[in-house]
Amino acid sequence: MISDDLSVVLPEIALAVYAMVALLAAVYTAKDKAAPVLIWTTSAVFFGLAVWLGMSAGGTRTAFGGAIVDDAFARFAKVVILISAGAVLLMSTEHLRRSRALMFEFPILITLAVVGMMLMVSAADLMTLYMGLELQALSLYVVAAMRRDSLKSTEAGLKYFVLGALSSGLLLYGASLIYGYSGTTLFAGILSTIEGGEMPLGLLIGLVFLITGLAFKVSAVPFHMWTPDVYEGAPTPVTAFFATAPKMAAMALFARVLHEAFGSVPGDWGQVIAVLSLLSMVLGAVAAIGQRNIKRLMAYSSIAHMGYALMGLAAGTQLGVQAMLVYMAIYITMSVGTFAFILSMQKDGQPVTDIRSLNMFASREPAKALAMLVLLFSLAGVPPLVGFFGKFYVVRAAVDAGLVWLAVAGVIASVVGAFYYLRIVFYMYFGEEGEPRLDGAMPPVLWGFLMVSAFAMVAGVINLFGIEGLALSAAQTLVN
Amino acid sequence: MENLLSIIIFTPLIAALILAVFLRGEDAAAQRNAKWLALIATTATFLISLFVLFGFDPSNPDFQFVEDREWLMGLRYKMGVDGISVLFVMLTTFLMPLTIAACWDVTHRVKEYMIAFLVLETLMIGVFTALDLVLFYLFFEGGLIPMFLIIGIWGGKERIYATFKFFLYTFLGSVLMLVAMVAMFVDAGTTDIPTLLRHEFSAGSLSFAGREIVGGMQTLLWLAFFASFAVKMPMWPVHTWLPDAHVQAPTAGSVVLAAILLKMGGYGFLRFSLPMFPVASDIWAPLVFWLSAIAVVYASLVALAQSDMKKLIAYSSVAHMGFVTMGIFAANQQGVDGAIFQMISHGFISGALFLCVGVLYDRMHTREIDAYGGLVNRMPTYAFVFMLFTMANVGLPGTSGFVGEFLTLAGVFQVNTWVAAVACTGVILSAGYALWLYRRVVFGGLIKESLKAIRDMNLRERAIFAPLVAMTLLLGVYPALVTDIVGPSVEALLSNYQTALNAAEAATRLAQN
Repeated sequence: MISDDLSVVLPEIALAVYAMVALLAAVYTAKDKAAPVLIWTTSAVFFGLAVWLGMSAGGTRTAFGGAIVDDAFARFAKVVILISAGAVLLMSTEHLRRSRALMFEFPILITLAVVGMMLMVSAADLMTLYMGLELQALSLYVVAAMRRDSLKSTEAGLKYFVLGALSSGLLLYGASLIYGYSGTTLFAGILSTIEGGEMPLGLLIGLVFLITGLAFKVSAVPFHMWTPDVYEGAPTPVTAFFATAPKMAAMALFARVLHEAFGSVPGDWGQVIAVLSLLSMVLGAVAAIGQRNIKRLMAYSSIAHMGYALMGLAAGTQLGVQAMLVYMAIYITMSVGTFAFILSMQKDGQPVTDIRSLNMFASREPAKALAMLVLLFSLAGVPPLVGFFGKFYVVRAAVDAGLVWLAVAGVIASVVGAFYYLRIVFYMYFGEEGEPRLDGAMPPVLWGFLMVSAFAMVAGVINLFGIEGLALSAAQTLVN
Repeated sequence: MENLLSIIIFTPLIAALILAVFLRGEDAAAQRNAKWLALIATTATFLISLFVLFGFDPSNPDFQFVEDREWLMGLRYKMGVDGISVLFVMLTTFLMPLTIAACWDVTHRVKEYMIAFLVLETLMIGVFTALDLVLFYLFFEGGLIPMFLIIGIWGGKERIYATFKFFLYTFLGSVLMLVAMVAMFVDAGTTDIPTLLRHEFSAGSLSFAGREIVGGMQTLLWLAFFASFAVKMPMWPVHTWLPDAHVQAPTAGSVVLAAILLKMGGYGFLRFSLPMFPVASDIWAPLVFWLSAIAVVYASLVALAQSDMKKLIAYSSVAHMGFVTMGIFAANQQGVDGAIFQMISHGFISGALFLCVGVLYDRMHTREIDAYGGLVNRMPTYAFVFMLFTMANVGLPGTSGFVGEFLTLAGVFQVNTWVAAVACTGVILSAGYALWLYRRVVFGGLIKESLKAIRDMNLRERAIFAPLVAMTLLLGVYPALVTDIVGPSVEALLSNYQTALNAAEAATRLAQN
C-alpha cells in the first residue's frame, strides 16, 4: 500500500513540504526581511520533528520495496541531525546579520540538506543513498558560497562543488560496479549475493570506490583536502553546520552501507576503514599544530575526530557501531558549543578568527573562558570530561576487535592533538596582559549554547544522559 | 556511614562549586572569603577523613568502606581503601589545608587559584580510593587539568614551556595505560579492581614480528602501565619534566606536586603492576632496580650542581623516588613497607622543603642559592625548621626519612646486593647536596645588603610548619604508626604475588617437560 510506504517517510515528506511552503511564502512576502522569523520557525520545526522521532514507537519498518528503512539506528541519527541543525540555525542569525548575509534562502537550503541527510540515514538501497547524498550535497554547495561578494566564500563553494562532484562520481561508479556484480541495488540483496560465498573481485572494487566516495563526505584522510579551505572560506555559521549534522549523516550512512550490504565480509572493508581512521587521526593531529585560524584549526580537528569515529566502524562489530554513534553524538555536542564561541568572536563588529586575539580572554570574561576551557579539554579527550568517554568507547571497540595497533596509534595521536587545543587555553589564560582584541559581548543564544554544551561535558560523566542505551539499541538493529 | 569516601572526595569539589558560582569580585574581601572557604573546606575534609583512619581495621587486608554503584557500560562507581591506600588519602587531606594556608599571600586571581586546588584535591583523593580501572584513570588524568592551569597561570617566567611539557609528558605516558586498561577490560570482562587483582592475565610467550615476547600479554600490559607510572613517579630517564615543572610552579603547586602527585606513580605500581602482572614484574624487576639506582646516584649528582634551590630539591625528589621504585619491586615485606613509608615521609619532607623555599621566595623573590647566606643571624626559627627538614631529607635517624631509606635498602639488599650498594652511595650524596645547600643559605656571615632587613617566620608560617615538624619526628621515632596499618595489606599482596609466581613457574616447568 502506498499509504504505508508514505507513512514511513512522513517526517521527510513533512520537512520537504515545509521547505517548499516556506520558500514560496518568503518569496511572495518579505524576502530577506523574513529570514530571522524563518530561521526560528525552521529550528522549531527541526526540534519538533526531533521530539516526534524520538518519541515514536520502536521497531523497524521498510518502504518502497525495501529502499527506505526506518529503524532505531536511523531514528538515533535523525534526532542528532535535527537537533544539531536546529541549534546551528539558531546560533547563526546574529552572525549572518552582522555580515549582511542574512538571506531567507539559508534556512530553506539547510532544511533541504536536512531532508537529504534524513534520507541518507534511512537509505537501504544504493539509489536512495545517492539521492539523499546529492540532495544534501547540492544544498551545501550553495550555502558554502552564500556570500557572493566574498572571494573566499565563492572559492570555498566552488572547491567544495568540484571535489564533491568528483566524489559523487567515484561513488556512482562504485555503485554501478556493485549493481553489475550483484544484480541488485538493495542492500539486503547485495548481502545475500555474498552471503556464505567469496566476494567477487568486481564487487570488492565497487566497494572500494563506494568507500572512497563516502570518505570524501566524512573528510577522512586522504580525501580531506577540501575541508580546511571550505571551513575557512564559508561563512562561520555554515562552517558550524558542516562540522555537525552532515558528519553524523555521512557516518551513519557509512555504517549502514558497510553493515547492511557488506556485513558478512567485515574483513574486506575493516582494513580499509582502519587505514582511513589511522591517517585521519594522525594528520588531523599534526596538521592543526601550525594553524592560527580557528576555523582551519577546527577543520583539522574535525578530520581527527572523524578518524576516531571511523575507528569504531573499523572494528566491524556491534560494539563498534555503538561506539561510533556515542562518539558522534558527543563530538557534535562539543562542536556546537565550540562554534557558538567562535561565532561570537568579533572585534568592532568584524568577525575574528585568529586565535591570538584570544589573548588573556579569561581575565575579562571568566565564565565564557571557563566554558571554552571545558570544551577544549573535552575535545582533547582529557578525563573526566565527556570527550574522554567517546575516545574510551572507540578504543574499547577497537581493542575488542583485535585492532590494538589502531588504538595505540589513536591515543598517541590524541596526545599530539591535545597540544593545539591546549594552545587555545594558553592564549586565553596564560598570555600577557594587553589591549583587548575581542569584544566581550555575546548574543544570549550563543551564550546559552556555549554554556549548555560545556555543562553537558561535565555533567555527562554521571551517565552520558542515557545516550549509551539508545546507541546500543540503534547498533543492535544494524548489526546482529 | 557507607558514603564516607564519597563525602571526603566531593567536599572540596562542592566548596569549589560554591566559590565558582557565588563568589563575585576581585577585591580584598572577596579574596579573603575565597581563602577562608578553601581553608575551611580542606580542614573539614581532613577532619572527616579522620573517621576513615580511626574506623579502619588494620588487621583486615581487604578493601574497607566500599561503595559500589552502577555506572556506564559495565563500569562501576566503586570506592574503597585498604592498608596501602588509606595512608595516601590521609596524606592528601592532611597536606591540603597546609597548602592552602601557604598561598595566603597570593593576590592574583585568588578565587580561581582556590578552585583549582580544591578540584585538584577531589581528584587526588579519588585516585587513591577508586576501585574501578576507568574511574581510577578518570581521577588520575583529571588531575592534569588543574595542575596545568596552576603552573600556567600562577607560575614563574618560563611557566608556559614547563606546563606544556608537564601536561604532554604525563598525558603521553598515561594514554598507553588507557589502552592497556581497555585490553584488561576486554580480557577479564570487568574493570573492578578487586576482581582484577585475582584475575590471572596470560603470561604465555607471544611472538610479535618474529620476536618472542617473554611474559606475553602481562609484559605488554606491564610496560604500558610502567610508561604511565614511571613518568609520574618520575623515574630516570623520563624525569625531565619534573625540575621544570617544580621550578616554575608556585610554591603551593610545588608542594602538591612533590608531596602527593608523585606518589600516584608509586601507588599505581603497588595497586596494578605488582599484583596484577606478577610474572612481568618479576621479569622486569632488574630493569627497575637499575633505573632506580641510576636515578638515585645521577639525580643526586645533578642536585649537587644546581644553583636554584627549587631545582635542587626537585632533583632530590627524583633521587628519593628511586628508593621507592626499588623497594616496591624488591617485592618483600621490608622493601614494600619501606617504599610506602618513604612515600609518606617524602610527602611531609619534600612538601616542607618546598615551603621553606617559598618562605624565602616570598621575601626576596629569588630562588638563587647565591642570593642568600647567613640567614641564621636574622631568622633563627627558620634556620631550625630548615635544618630539621634538611636532616630528614638526608635520612638522619630519628626523622622519618631514615626509616624509609633503611627499609627499602634492606629490602633490595636481599634481592640484589649490587643495586643496594650503588643506591647506598646516594644516601651519602644526598647528605652532600642537602648539607651544602643548608650551609650556603643559612650559615656564614650575613653580608648581603638585601638580606639585612629580612624577617623571620611569622605566626602563619610557623603554624604551617608545626604539623609537618611533628609528623616528621613522630614517624621517625615511632614508624609502627605506618607499618602497622600497611603491614597486613602488603603481606596479603606479597603472598598472592608469590603464589602467582610459583604457579607460573610450575606451568612453565610443566610445559618444558
